[in-house]
Amino acid sequence: MIDFARNVRLWFSPAEVRDDGETPDYRFSLANERTFLAWLRTALALIGGGFAVDQFLPGLRWGWRVGLALALLASGALCALRAVNHWVRCERAMRRGEDLPVSRFPALLGVVVAGVAVVMVVVVLLGWEG
Amino acid sequence: MTPGLLGERDPGLQPERTRLAWRRTTLASTVVAVLAGKAGVAGGASGDVLAAGVVCCAGWAGMLVVAHRRIRGLAGGGEPERLSLGYAAGVVVCVLLTVGGGVGVVLW
Repeated sequence: MIDFARNVRLWFSPAEVRDDGETPDYRFSLANERTFLAWLRTALALIGGGFAVDQFLPGLRWGWRVGLALALLASGALCALRAVNHWVRCERAMRRGEDLPVSRFPALLGVVVAGVAVVMVVVVLLGWEG
Repeated sequence: MTPGLLGERDPGLQPERTRLAWRRTTLASTVVAVLAGKAGVAGGASGDVLAAGVVCCAGWAGMLVVAHRRIRGLAGGGEPERLSLGYAAGVVVCVLLTVGGGVGVVLW
């Protein structure tokens, strides 16, 4: 949690990141940038999924439909925030010559997406339409 | 890696790949904006939904602007600019705007 607060502070003080350690090969920075963008696309896919649930499952009960849509939208927002946080951490680790940060977020997200998919299959198969 | 002279290219095509990654990201955000528009139209064009749709569109437009400026930064000869924290944070703020508008579209 303290780490997270420190990272948030870094988002708003870019000079601090730049002054830290040595500038890595630009190719590494670009690779880090592409990873960041890939996570952003994941976030956008989750958000799009939220809109799709809201739009294309009109037979679903209101609570289920809105709940699922909001959960997907929220997970998209979380994913985007985490993307920029992870990008900063990687950039800083590269500047300092440290190991890249590890994260359990990909595994967690995988489990959540699998869970939502299973719930959707069950909902559609059992026809819990209102 | 010395900063290349104009015309000297990175054989790994890193700037080009990064540019295409930005393009893919804007494409994904366009799809999301279209889905949001569809949701807004289906929800009836009440004032609330319209306002939420405008917030969504602002997020999409902001992302296009950031991507355009970033791609221009990559396009120059020699060693490309690095992604600045401002752009990274800006693009995430745009995604969050889309989410904020999306919550409005879904709820109202």
